[in-house]
Amino acid sequence: MINFGFAINKPRAIDIDRNNLRKSNEIISEMPELQACIGCGSCTASCTAGNLTEFNFRKVHTLVRRGEYQGAYEEMNKCMLCGKCRLVCPRGINTRGIVMLIKRKLGDF
Amino acid sequence: MKHVIVIGGGIAGMQCASELLRQGVAVTIIEKEQDLGGKIRNWHKLFPTFTPADEVLTAVRHKLKISSNLKVRTGCQATSITAKKVTLSTGEELKCDAAVIATGFTLFDAKIKEEYGYGIYDNVITSADLEQMFNEGNVRLAQGGTPRRVAILHCVGSRDEKVCQRHCSKVCCVTGVKQAIELKQLFPKADIFNFYMDIRMFGPGYEEMYREAQTAYNVHFVRGRISEVSPTFDNRLQIKAEDTLTGRPLKMGVDMLVLLIGMKANAHNTLLSKECQLQMQSSGFMQPKDSFLGNVTSNVGGVFYAGAVTAPKNVGESINEGTAAAHSVIEWLEKR
Repeated sequence: MINFGFAINKPRAIDIDRNNLRKSNEIISEMPELQACIGCGSCTASCTAGNLTEFNFRKVHTLVRRGEYQGAYEEMNKCMLCGKCRLVCPRGINTRGIVMLIKRKLGDF
Repeated sequence: MKHVIVIGGGIAGMQCASELLRQGVAVTIIEKEQDLGGKIRNWHKLFPTFTPADEVLTAVRHKLKISSNLKVRTGCQATSITAKKVTLSTGEELKCDAAVIATGFTLFDAKIKEEYGYGIYDNVITSADLEQMFNEGNVRLAQGGTPRRVAILHCVGSRDEKVCQRHCSKVCCVTGVKQAIELKQLFPKADIFNFYMDIRMFGPGYEEMYREAQTAYNVHFVRGRISEVSPTFDNRLQIKAEDTLTGRPLKMGVDMLVLLIGMKANAHNTLLSKECQLQMQSSGFMQPKDSFLGNVTSNVGGVFYAGAVTAPKNVGESINEGTAAAHSVIEWLEKR
C-alpha cells in the first residue's frame, strides 16, 4: 500500500467503559489504602528511580486504578524498592507493598 | 422595651431571635417563605456526623419560644433596612431599635451550566435534588431502577468566572463526600466517582470522612472538571474530563450525574447596598465591618449580619453567628 504520510492516532482518552477493571478492583480490594492517595507527589519527588528515569509511581498507580495496565509492569520494574516513598507518604500508604502487588497482579499481563 | 427586627427566618435568624428574646428584647422576624426554617428544611443529613437536619432544625425551633414579645411576619421581604426602620414589600414600615440581616444565600441554578445537561437529561440532578430523594427514601433513576455508576461533580457554580461566581462555596466538597458515602450505603455495588478540582476539607472530622470514603467505601476521586455531558444510545450519560493526575483525557458512561451546586449571593443584596448604603463584596455577599473583630457587624450602625448573608457558611457556623449577632445587638442597645 502506498504510504501517503497520513496516519490515524489511537485515541488517548482513558475509556472507563472499555477498560477491564477486574485487576484494578482486585488491587484496590487487597490494599484499599491505595485509594487514600491525594496525588501530592511526595513519592515521586523522593523516588530514587524517578530521579534517574522517567518512572513516576503516582502516575502509574493512578493509571492502573483506571484500568490502564499497558506498560505498568515494566514501569514498576524500574522501582528499586528502597522504600523512601513509604517514609514520606502523608496518607501512610504502604507504597512499596503497592509496587509488589501491582507487579504480582500484572506480571502475566 | 427595645425592639429588634430580624430579617430572615432560617437557622441563623431563629437562633439570633431566641437569644434576643432571652435577653428581654422584643423581636419581629421577617420571612419571605410561608414558614420559618430556611434552606435546612430540605436537607436530609448533615456532614460530617450524619445528624438528621430535622433534628437540628427542631432544636433551634424549640429554643424560639412562643411569647408576646415575638412576632413573625411570613410571606414578605424587607425592601429597606436601617437601624430605626424596616420597610416591607407590602409597603408597611416597622419601627425598631436595631436590625439583623440573616437572609442567607441562593442556590446556584444548575441550568446555567448548560453543558452539564441539568433540565435536559433526566438523570442529571443537583445535590439539593439528591437530598430531597434521600428525604423521600426514593433514590432511583428517572426511568426506574438503581444506578450502577454515579458521577458527582464538584464546583458547579463555584470558582467559575464564566458564571460570575469566583468564590468557593466551601461546603460542597464535604457534601459531595457525604453524599458519595450515603449513595454507597444505599447501593454498595455501585461505583461512585467524584470529579474535583481541589478537595477542601475545612472542618473538624471532614478530612477523616474523606479518607473513610476513599478506603472504607472505595469512592473514586478523579481530579478534573467534567467538560460536557452527552446522552448515549442506551440512555446513559457520557461524561468527559481530564484525569489531570495522569495527564490523559478520560471518558465514561454513568447512570446518574449529581451536580454539587454552590452558594450564590442573594440578588436582594444589590438592592440593600444601593438603598441602605450597606457595603457589598465583589462576590455579591454582604461585607462585614471587619474579618476578625466585626464579622456580624455592618458598616451601618445598628445593622448587623448573621449567617450566610456575608459568605458561604455551614450550619454550625450560621447558628454561632446568630448568637454572636444577638450579643453585638445587646451591646449596641446598651450604648443607646
